[in-house]
Formats: sequence, C-alpha cells, structure tokens
Amino acid sequence: MMERLTGAERQIALMICVVMATVGLVMAAAGRGDPMGSHGAIVLIAAGITTFFVLRAIGEPEPAEDRTVNYYDDPTKAGLVIALFWAVVGMGMGVWVAAQLAWPDLRFDAAWSSFGRIRPVHTSGVIFGFGGNALIATSYHVMQRTSRARLAGHVSPWFVLLGFNLFCIVAASGYLMGVTQSKEYAEPEWYADIWLVIVWVVYFVLYIRTLARRNEPHIYVANWYYMAFILVVAILHIVNNLAVPASLTGAKSYSAFAGVQDAMTQWWYGHNAVAFFLTAGFLGMLYYFLPKRAERPIYSYRLSILSFWGIVFFYIWAGSHHLHYTALPQWVQTLGMTFSVMLLVPSWASAGNALMTLNGAWHKVRDDATLRFMMVAAVFYGLSTFEGSFMAVRAVNSLSHYTDWTVGHVHAGAMGWVALITFGSIYSVVPLLWKRETMYSWKLVEWHFWLALAGTVIYVFAMWNSGIIQGLMWRTYTDSGTLAYSFTDTLVAMHPYYVARACGGALFLTGAILAAYNVYMTIRHAPEKHPERDYPTSSEAAEPAVPAAE
Amino acid sequence: MDLTHDLTSLIAKSFGLFYLIALSVGITVYAYWPSLGKRFDKAANSILDDEDGPCR
Repeated sequence: MMERLTGAERQIALMICVVMATVGLVMAAAGRGDPMGSHGAIVLIAAGITTFFVLRAIGEPEPAEDRTVNYYDDPTKAGLVIALFWAVVGMGMGVWVAAQLAWPDLRFDAAWSSFGRIRPVHTSGVIFGFGGNALIATSYHVMQRTSRARLAGHVSPWFVLLGFNLFCIVAASGYLMGVTQSKEYAEPEWYADIWLVIVWVVYFVLYIRTLARRNEPHIYVANWYYMAFILVVAILHIVNNLAVPASLTGAKSYSAFAGVQDAMTQWWYGHNAVAFFLTAGFLGMLYYFLPKRAERPIYSYRLSILSFWGIVFFYIWAGSHHLHYTALPQWVQTLGMTFSVMLLVPSWASAGNALMTLNGAWHKVRDDATLRFMMVAAVFYGLSTFEGSFMAVRAVNSLSHYTDWTVGHVHAGAMGWVALITFGSIYSVVPLLWKRETMYSWKLVEWHFWLALAGTVIYVFAMWNSGIIQGLMWRTYTDSGTLAYSFTDTLVAMHPYYVARACGGALFLTGAILAAYNVYMTIRHAPEKHPERDYPTSSEAAEPAVPAAE
Repeated sequence: MDLTHDLTSLIAKSFGLFYLIALSVGITVYAYWPSLGKRFDKAANSILDDEDGPCR
C-alpha cells in the first residue's frame, strides 16, 4: 500500500519511523527493569515493522495515479480490518472475563490473567481497539465522500491509524504487566497518554484540512458528530490525564487532582467518553450509513442539527451522576441528574430520526440484514439512552449503583447500539471499498445478526436480573436493623446470571468471528463488481469515466 | 480573586443557566429558519450518490 505514496511522502514516513525507533530505544534503555522498558521494546518493534514496509516501497517508481479524481481509501481499508481483529480479541477477552466471574478457576493462577488485569484489556480492546479503529476508518470514508474531496495528505492518515494502534497495544500490554493509573477507561500511564495526544491532534488537523478542501457548500451533519468526537475526546483526555510522573524512567505517575476533585474529573471524563467516543462518533456513522443503505435522505435534517447541539451541550454536564451519594456537593449531583434527564430529548430525536428515515423502506429492513443491523442499533440507542436517563435519577441510582444493572446498561449501549451500528456500517462499506458485488456470504451476515441480537438480549436480561437482585439484597435489613444478607449470599444468588451472561457474550463473540471471516472472504474471494461506468477511483492512468464496455 | 466553591456555584447557577437557554433558542432558530430549508434538503440528499466525486 505504501507504493501509492510519492517519493517525498515515503521519506517523511521513513523519518517518522526513525524518530519512533529512537524514542523506543531511549524508553527501553532508560526504563530497564520497569514495565516502561518493555514498552520501549514494543515501540521499537512497531517502528521496525513499519520501517520494513516503507523501505520495501522506497525504491519503487512514483505513483502514476491522478490524485484529483479519486478518494484515498487505503487507510480506511486497513482500519476496518484492524477493527475486526480487535473486535475478536476484545470480545474474546470479554467472554473470558465473564467466564472467570462464573468459574473463578479459569484464571489459571497467573498474575497477568487476574480479573483486574484482563478486564481493562477487554474494555480498552472493544472501546478503543474495535470502536476507535472503526471510527477512524469510517471517518476517513465519510469525510471524503461528504466533502467530495480527497484526504488532505497521505502520510498523516497512516500516522493516525498506526499511531492509535500503537497506543492500544501499549495500553493492553501494560494492563497485563500491571501498569495502570486506576482511572476507568483512562488506565494507560503518562507516556502512552502523551503519545495519544500527539496522534489525536494530527487526526483533528487532518479532519479540518480535509473539510477545508471540500466541494460541498454545507458540511454534512455526520461530519459535525465526528468532529465533536475528535475535539472533545482530546479535551477530556488531556484534562483527565494531567499527572506528574514519579520518575521519567518509570511508568508510575500521580494524578494532578486529589480526593473528590479527582473523582469528579474522572467521571466528567468517563461519562463523556461514553458521550463523545461511544455516541457522537457512532451517530456520525448512523447519519451517514443508514440513509445511504436505505437509499433515503435522513427524515429531518433540521432535527439532526438540533439533536447534535443538544447532545454536545447537555452531555458535557452529565458526568456527576456517577457520584450520587458521595462527598460531591449535592447541587453538582443534582446538576448531573438534571442534564442526564434532559439528554433524553436529543437522544430520542436522533433515534426517532433514524427510524422515521426507514419509514417507507421497511421491506428493505426485512430483506437486508445490513440495514437491519442499523435499525436495531437505533432501537437500542433509544432504549439505552432512556435507561441511562432513568438510572441517573438519584433515587433509582441508590438501587442500581455499584450493581450489575450498570454493567447491563453499558452493554445494552455497547453491544446493542455501538457494535451493531459498526457491523452494519462495515457490511455496507466493505463491498464498496474492495469493489465487490456483495459480501462473500449474505447468509453469514444474517447469522451474525441473529447471534448478535440473541447475545445482547441474553446479556442484558441476565444483568438486569442479577443487578436488581444484588441491589435489593444489599439494602434488605432484618428486624434488628442489621443486613439480612452477607456479601457471599449475593454472589450465590448472582451465579446463574453470570453463567447466562457468559453464554450471551459467547454468542456475540461468535457473530464477530463470523464477521471477520466474511470480510476476509469478501476481500479474497467475492467476485469483482463490474460497474456500468468505470469508477473514477479505479484508474491508474487517470482516464475519464466512460461506459465500461468501451 | 479566589475561585471558591461559592463563586463556582454562583456562576453555574446564573450565567450557566442563561447561556444554555440562549444557545438553545439560537440553535432552534437556526435549524428551523425557513430560507435554509433548501440548503438542508440538498445536504441531506447529497450523500445518496457520492462515489463519483468531483475530487481534489
């Protein structure tokens, strides 16, 4: 793929690789005897592999294509394949973690395989590995199409994609070694955080520069969601990770905040990671791929603008609902609760907008599993945002907080909404990018859909049951005013639901494996599409689009 | 002047309220401004056929 870079671009890529290799070497040498040293070795190896690919192309002739007539889809393709790889890894880890809760012997007595270490591998693997790569890849696709402009630059999209994956690998390997700064969804230590800031700023600049080249007067709404995702995640990430390293040669650092300020900062980050990483970016996907697949414009474009600004300005204040009944001032808790309830309006506006778009195309939803993925995703988006607003109410939270109900809620959103919209988008974009007639097997898509839906429903119902039982047992008192149940009693009550949860997760994982296989077979074996007119994108010699038969 | 808890909560409860109300009104007016309808329709339809670029 590096052959499509010009000579100058290949040199820039090589320079970046050399700088990275140097950084890796310094980290490995300075951090000897500390996990940072191992991370240095990982950076060095990653730089070495990238250097190999760049060097292989460096002597090749200059690319002949005319860059003014087509989109640049190579990084998108790579990103989608990497996203599916992370899906299998991250969800596989999830099934293992779930199984450990049901059958603790599955830890096999190793330090690295303990629950506290592999759970963040699961969460980061699915959120950042699967979700993040899918967001980056689809954002490259959507920003080019909606702007009618090619990506601004050819090295920076690769830098963002590969740099982000280096962050993911450093994060996941760090968890297994016990590296964590104990902030949920922000576990990686200071040097990984600094690296992500660099990658993320390049990403934002790339997006803005591509939009600046656009040939459309209006910036389509999907781009607003993607930009909110990139910009706000940058702000959240920088503020929440403000920390002082204990030493420059070790992984350990100390947060710049303390006590309740630290907790508030973390949950301002944590809830907005849900809002801007797991919602805004995926709404960008929804607003592009659902109308596209249904071949109908979005039901109300005006409503989409309204819900965009509603989501952006309400969500940012909702984080304090994670800290009900804590040392956080009561009015800040109430503020978070109020904004969480108000969030229902823009959330349901988006979900309703998506479903109304399908009005008149329900026969397509019935026949086309890809569109059905997106439809069910919109339904789960509506359901889980309602549940979220409900759970943020202080009285409800007193029952639900710290129980499996929260876990069930998160997974209704992450599996039912985020993963389903992503799989729908992948199935609709893969044949297009690789110029295939359809996916390799529509039956496998259909199987995946039902496995994913069944897995999600089993998972969510298991956690509702488990969570509510758990919450009620925790607050049951005897006549003499003591707790009626010991902690072990609650564990015994939860066990059957933990088994059910592991089964639901296994179904969902099976679906993801089918997706990875189907995409691989589509790339390798599906028949090529012979379009009525040549794609302007397919011509190396920059011929104008003519009827294909001539 | 110190950024005390009292001051923060005062700002949140006064300025915070009014700027969010102003923002909501402003965005609603923009989204439903009648003469922008054509532009929004064009944008909504623009994604349905976008593989043939003009690109640059």
